[in-house]
Amino acid sequence: MIAGGIEDEEKWLAAGIAGLQQNAFYMHRALDSNNLRDALKYSAQMLSELRTSKLSPHKYYELYMRAFDELRKLEMFFKEEARRGCSIIDLYELVQHAGNILPRLYLLCTVGSVYIKSKEAPAKDVLKDLVEMCRGIQHPVRGLFLRSYLSQVSRDKLPDIGSEYEGDADTVVDAVEFVLQNFTEMNKLWVRMQHQGPARDKEKREKERSELRDLVGKNLHVLSQIEGVDLDMYKDTVLPRVLEQVVNCKDEIAQFYLMDCIIQVFPDEYHLQTLEILLGACPQLQPSVDIKTVLSRLMERLSNYAASSTEVLPEFLQVEAFSKLNNAIGKVIEAQVDMPIFGAVTLYSSLLKFTLHVHPDRLDYADQVLGACVKKLSSRGKLDDSKATKQIVALLSAPLEKYNDIVTALKLSNYPRVMEYLDIETNKIMATVIIQSIMKNNTRISTADKVEALFELMKGLIKDLDGAEEEVDEDDFKEEQNSVARLIQMLYNDDLEEMFQIISTVKKHVMTGGPKRLPFTVPPLVFSSLKLVRRLQGSQEQEENPFGDEGSTSPKKIFQLLNQTIEALSIVPAPELALRLFLQCAEAANDCDLEPVAYEFFTQAYILYEEEVSDSKAQVTALHLVIGTLQRMHVFGVENRDTLTHKATGYSAKLLKKPDQCRAVYGCAHLFWVEDQDNLKDGERVLICLKRALRIANAAQQMSNAARGNTGSVSLFIEILNKYLYFFEKGNPQITVATIQGLIELITTEMQSDNSTPDPAADAFLASTLRYIQFQKQKGGAIGEKYEPIKA
Amino acid sequence: MVLVLALGDLHIPHRAPDLPAKFKSMLVPGKIQHIICTGNLSIKEVHDYLKTLCPDLHITRGEYDEDTRYPETKTLTIGQFKLGLCHGHQVVPWGDLDSLAMLQRQLDVDILVTGHTHQFTAYKHEGGVVINPGSATGAYSSITYDVNPSFVLMDIDGLRVVVYVYELIDGEVKVDKIDFKKTTATTHSAH
Repeated sequence: MIAGGIEDEEKWLAAGIAGLQQNAFYMHRALDSNNLRDALKYSAQMLSELRTSKLSPHKYYELYMRAFDELRKLEMFFKEEARRGCSIIDLYELVQHAGNILPRLYLLCTVGSVYIKSKEAPAKDVLKDLVEMCRGIQHPVRGLFLRSYLSQVSRDKLPDIGSEYEGDADTVVDAVEFVLQNFTEMNKLWVRMQHQGPARDKEKREKERSELRDLVGKNLHVLSQIEGVDLDMYKDTVLPRVLEQVVNCKDEIAQFYLMDCIIQVFPDEYHLQTLEILLGACPQLQPSVDIKTVLSRLMERLSNYAASSTEVLPEFLQVEAFSKLNNAIGKVIEAQVDMPIFGAVTLYSSLLKFTLHVHPDRLDYADQVLGACVKKLSSRGKLDDSKATKQIVALLSAPLEKYNDIVTALKLSNYPRVMEYLDIETNKIMATVIIQSIMKNNTRISTADKVEALFELMKGLIKDLDGAEEEVDEDDFKEEQNSVARLIQMLYNDDLEEMFQIISTVKKHVMTGGPKRLPFTVPPLVFSSLKLVRRLQGSQEQEENPFGDEGSTSPKKIFQLLNQTIEALSIVPAPELALRLFLQCAEAANDCDLEPVAYEFFTQAYILYEEEVSDSKAQVTALHLVIGTLQRMHVFGVENRDTLTHKATGYSAKLLKKPDQCRAVYGCAHLFWVEDQDNLKDGERVLICLKRALRIANAAQQMSNAARGNTGSVSLFIEILNKYLYFFEKGNPQITVATIQGLIELITTEMQSDNSTPDPAADAFLASTLRYIQFQKQKGGAIGEKYEPIKA
Repeated sequence: MVLVLALGDLHIPHRAPDLPAKFKSMLVPGKIQHIICTGNLSIKEVHDYLKTLCPDLHITRGEYDEDTRYPETKTLTIGQFKLGLCHGHQVVPWGDLDSLAMLQRQLDVDILVTGHTHQFTAYKHEGGVVINPGSATGAYSSITYDVNPSFVLMDIDGLRVVVYVYELIDGEVKVDKIDFKKTTATTHSAH
């Protein structure tokens, strides 16, 4: 019978419906002919179909609904009978003659409904009678539907306050009593279902039970609708009685469902005022009940309530909602030893969200929640449960979202301690979330203490943690280190002293990053420091301190820090980056008039150039930067300057490719002629450089001729010609019209020679250079006069 | 009418966390036909961001660029104009107009765009223009004190180019406009 049950069930249902319809047909006939006796007979037979035990709750419901519709018609008939003068009391007696108990009780409820309406007896008496009589049905499904019917027909007839059925005094108590009793009985029936039938059908049974749960829950809904249930009655009667049933039934499904039901159907302010009672029930529930979901929903409701209006907030304070919830959660976690860590963290996460909503000003509460969480977590090592990890991320993100400000979160002493329990990967993700929050909200982290706390939080990004996996995706690593670099820009204080402390703190942490991280983190630190140097310069120019206070921040101190920092980078090794940064520092030292410091930085850059930069292309760029920087330096005395310039020209002549040599050498000419420095106008040495550049250009041509059979481009010569024109125009007495003239002729000859390669770019370059000469001539004045003798 | 965005020296993340929010909200995809960037982005994320604004992206190499494949110089023709692009650290003395003019002659361009100094400048020079769009993030510079974030938008229409400079000063975007007309007489090597 159990196998093929579904098909059979369809058959049983069809048979039931057929029987029901047939009897309903006769019932209608009897109703039409006002034949009460027949009407009762056929209706009882019709209701007998509900006696079946063969249908699942789902199918039974279908049958029940048909019977329900028919009973409405019967009820109408009873009403008319009563109006026609038939004694309703007699009717109430009469229906009890039905042979079977189930039809008898359905009929009794139907007449009972009319009885109450007639007001011939107090509603409370009829209801009490009915709810007692229903005890006669102890079969769970049949009993649940019968009582559901009772609930349905009596809903609008409860002796509620303001209702027409309200009795003399306090009858709302009777209404509540009736519903509570029906609820209790229904719940018992519902729970009993669990224990009937073979154990192997447990799953099916649980499914069936869940289909029936709303029949039970409906009673709570009815309770919430009763006008007379005010806070006092809810607190003194309704809630304790409901909870008593919930706790005593010791049934996991019922407890979870009903707790949730209570939370959803009764008003927020009732919950708030009865928190203690409601929460008191939680630890008494079965250990397997998903209490975290129940409590989370409660806190969610209360959070929304708090968010709905600021006027309700005093209520929360008055009832000490936070400490009650906090206690309850502690007790539940303690009581449910087997609760997975994920459950506990979910609870703390909900509680944190609650307190952030309700008590945004009470950071100590938030910290307390985090502290409790740490305590729970401390019983285990790092988390490996992904669900729990997700909850921790939610927990830690909540304060960031609420305050939009990491600075507030940094005040939470337990915040970093919670982070400790995340696995390394998640720890990094959380650190990235923090950085993103800072970026999004443009948060300035403005004290060294906060920076210290922040870097402590993010240490997963800052350095290798013990047990970190070696396999890290390179792109991910880059992205995360770049985000750290961005973050360093956000650390700022207007106060110079504090800013120096911030930089020192950053340096301390960055230096622990190891060779892979330094190339990302050192440059932002360097530039942040150089910005501070510049600010110090500004302030020092205004208020010179003649006593040179040793303790206070000075450019010198920063340069010391920078020297160590960049040196660490050069050891990584990242010589090209380090060289650039040394040159930046040299120029900053130059601006501070610190010659020895500037010289030291230059020396460092030169050492790197000589010892570490070996790629020829990298050398070219490095040398451009060396020459470009050196050209701008004004702090050096003759001796230092000579040394550095001499070296730079030496490097230039030693580049691998001739054209690169040539360009670097003519670039060096600028080291001897600086427009705004009168002591730096050494025309002779400019000329030496240019001549040397010419020799190299010649050599390049010869080499090309030997190797390829043509002289290659004359572009280098045109470039040098332009340099001649440049210094000619600047008034270098060594550059004469004759030399320029000679060079132009050389170039033109070269271009017409058979050996040269056609080069449209060089043609255009020469054309535009000659056009420039024309242009200058036409300018007139001193320049025009100067250019006049040049024949182009 | 063609819109060309010229910018450079963003130095993200070495010297600035990001482009100013005000610039970001102005720079939306679909409005700009070409981007020319003088370099020092410095990382791929910035490259990808620029690419979302306009796929036609031209970049030369700054000394801090992560991507070392960007060329030292680049020329391109837009409408009637030949444009040259170079970061500028190669041109000593840095930012010196006469030296940049030599590069302009060498590349044979009407408009030369360079960076490195973080200082917005635009000169009409020998019938051409030399532009430095400054630093789009207002990044620290050893050359220029008090850098304001700036970029340049060029509206090229026939023989006329209007150069709009957007500069962020005390949180407000200021726009300046420079008009430049190319005379056919100065057209170089107009083939």
